[in-house]
Amino acid sequence: MAKITYRQALNQAMAEEMERDSSVFLIGEEVAEYQGAFKVSQGLLQRFGAKRVVDTPISEAAFSGLAVGAALYGLRPIVEFMNWSFSFVAFDQLINNVGSLRFMSGGQFDLPMVFRGPSGGGTQIGATHSHCPESWFAGVPALTVVSPAFPEDAKGLLKSSIRSNNPVFFFEGEWLYGLEGEVPDAEFLTPIGEARICREGADLTIVSAGYSTHTALSAAEALSASGKEADLIDLRTIKPYDFDRIAQSVQKTNRLLIVEENKPFAGWGAQIAYDVQRRLFDWLDAPILRVTGLDIPQPYNGKLEAQVLPNVERILAAAHQLLA
Amino acid sequence: MVADDPGVAVAEPNAPASSLSPEIQIGLYRQMVRIRRFEEKSAQAFMRAAIKGFCHLYIGQEAVAVGALSALEPRDAVITAYRDHGVALARGTSARACMAELLGKQTGCSQGMGGSMHLFDREHHFYGGHAIVGSHTAVAAGLAFAQQYENTGGITLCLLGEGAVNQGVFSETLNLVSLWKLPIVFVIENNDYAMGTSVSRSSAGLPLVNRASAFDLAGRVANGMEVEEVRAKVAEAVSLARTEHLPTLLEVNTYRYRGHSMSDPDTYRTKQEIEEHKKNDPILRYRQKLEEREILSDALAKQIDAEARAEVQDALTFAEQSPEPDLALAFSLPFSPEDQIDPIPRPRYSDI
Ligand SMILES: Cc1ncc(C[n+]2csc(CCOP(=O)(O)OP(=O)(O)O)c2C)c(N)n1
Ligand SMILES: [Mg+2]
Repeated sequence: MAKITYRQALNQAMAEEMERDSSVFLIGEEVAEYQGAFKVSQGLLQRFGAKRVVDTPISEAAFSGLAVGAALYGLRPIVEFMNWSFSFVAFDQLINNVGSLRFMSGGQFDLPMVFRGPSGGGTQIGATHSHCPESWFAGVPALTVVSPAFPEDAKGLLKSSIRSNNPVFFFEGEWLYGLEGEVPDAEFLTPIGEARICREGADLTIVSAGYSTHTALSAAEALSASGKEADLIDLRTIKPYDFDRIAQSVQKTNRLLIVEENKPFAGWGAQIAYDVQRRLFDWLDAPILRVTGLDIPQPYNGKLEAQVLPNVERILAAAHQLLA
Repeated sequence: MVADDPGVAVAEPNAPASSLSPEIQIGLYRQMVRIRRFEEKSAQAFMRAAIKGFCHLYIGQEAVAVGALSALEPRDAVITAYRDHGVALARGTSARACMAELLGKQTGCSQGMGGSMHLFDREHHFYGGHAIVGSHTAVAAGLAFAQQYENTGGITLCLLGEGAVNQGVFSETLNLVSLWKLPIVFVIENNDYAMGTSVSRSSAGLPLVNRASAFDLAGRVANGMEVEEVRAKVAEAVSLARTEHLPTLLEVNTYRYRGHSMSDPDTYRTKQEIEEHKKNDPILRYRQKLEEREILSDALAKQIDAEARAEVQDALTFAEQSPEPDLALAFSLPFSPEDQIDPIPRPRYSDI
């Protein structure tokens, strides 16, 4: 085991997969000479050359579409969005092409591609740069949505995503990049679709993903200090999410709290809440609660943004309501 | 004019650059100095973490906004990207309102919701401050469309970075404005870099002004280190737009002295390259020119500088002492009130 950052974990995943398979290449803005806007691709240009680490103009629609074409032809592109909020200028490519081409061609073509980059708020860069589009993409039937919270999972899931023959939308976070954690030295893959249990307790179940898992973890620790223990489930994959792991926990705790950074309306937590009430109604002792981003665009002001994001205070308030 | 309203220089479209009145010349100089001092103060405030998030400075490019906006009338519309402090100041937004926005305060021109990249000032027909690269160029076409539709006689000035020309929406927009003869002037601020990517690594078919010809726009170039040249070229384009409804694409060559944003380590170019460009500093050059013309004395230059320093210090103090916006304000902003239909219910889904 070595202690590395989330950023290094992603970097290792890409380097190992590029080493293993010459059809894997990385494309995006500032990924090569600048070494990545957040240094996730540090050293890859030097190691793999400009043919496989490709700097682009600021043309998300064009390079996303180009990646689709390359994937149809048999390559395995990794597309970096400097920020997921910039992917929206490529929405047509992501929804109509990535989301439909395999199906519409009667299954003739594969789209073995990864779209990745940071999403979410917390850095005071305003409404246009702080989106959590995980749920929007999860609404497209053919897309897989991954959002790891820890370095180990970032590495294992990115490797799995690159090897997947299906398009994977991979959500990182600016606050996550610097986070350190133990990562196995030997090669490993983390399966897509399996949650991680971060903490065990019998009083309530908390489900979260991405950076929110760290907020939820702090809240669970505070809860523990007041004598209540939470099962904390980090989804890792948002779609398809690990229903069985959640079910196991809810059958033990009978209470479910979902923490998600995206805005409340039709966020992924709403889907989980629907599924759980539909299949585990008799196991629930209280209504399922969700703590989400507040229902306004992201404000620049720091104090306001801290209130808009799911925070420990709001999670604790919801937990106490559930336990009352 | 300068002393009364340092924000807006009044257009004198008929006066060729060489015959600008001394007041206008001093006004142009003063405006550039104000912006430089404002940006230096912003940098300090960012280093002290009073400004958060992204902060893109305009230092080195002052002559572009100042020259270009001095050729406009108050009824004209202005829109730009996220490197917007200098543009807002040149348009007439007060240093206080700009600085307060940078600090996220309620007294800011966007009430603390937008921040550095999203300055807006409706009163001065300043339509932002836009942080998705290229996106605002289509919005600019819409402003011009509305000006034509309403027959206001106004035109739209849209500033964009040279990196933005490779967004598809910009090409689509050039086609529309030419096809529909919209009263608009696009000013490409070519500062050589889009973050760490030099223009030669991002763009085929240089110079960028060539992109005008594909869609039959008037194509012009200007030296962005010469404020009077920028003003003259923009004035010519404005007159084409206003009187003949012909859009122009003006490529202005300039340079940014600081990193892309305050967080950029700036390792993609040499110190020497930056120093070379500083020799062409727009403020220094103009000062020399005005001294040669005996319009600007050393004493007046010092006075202008002292006034600019005092103004931006006052702006920072004002911003620091201003209240933070609260959640009630934030929740009041997403929706406009209805006056032609019954009110629409607006539940807060996060409270349910
Ligand atoms: C659609 C989109 N893609 C990427 C970015 C990230 N980004 C912000 S500024 C910038 C460089 C733009 O350079 P340029 O247009 O030359 O303007 P300058 O910064 O030089 O003023 C990039 C890539 C963004 N904001 N929006
Ligand atoms: Mg540029």
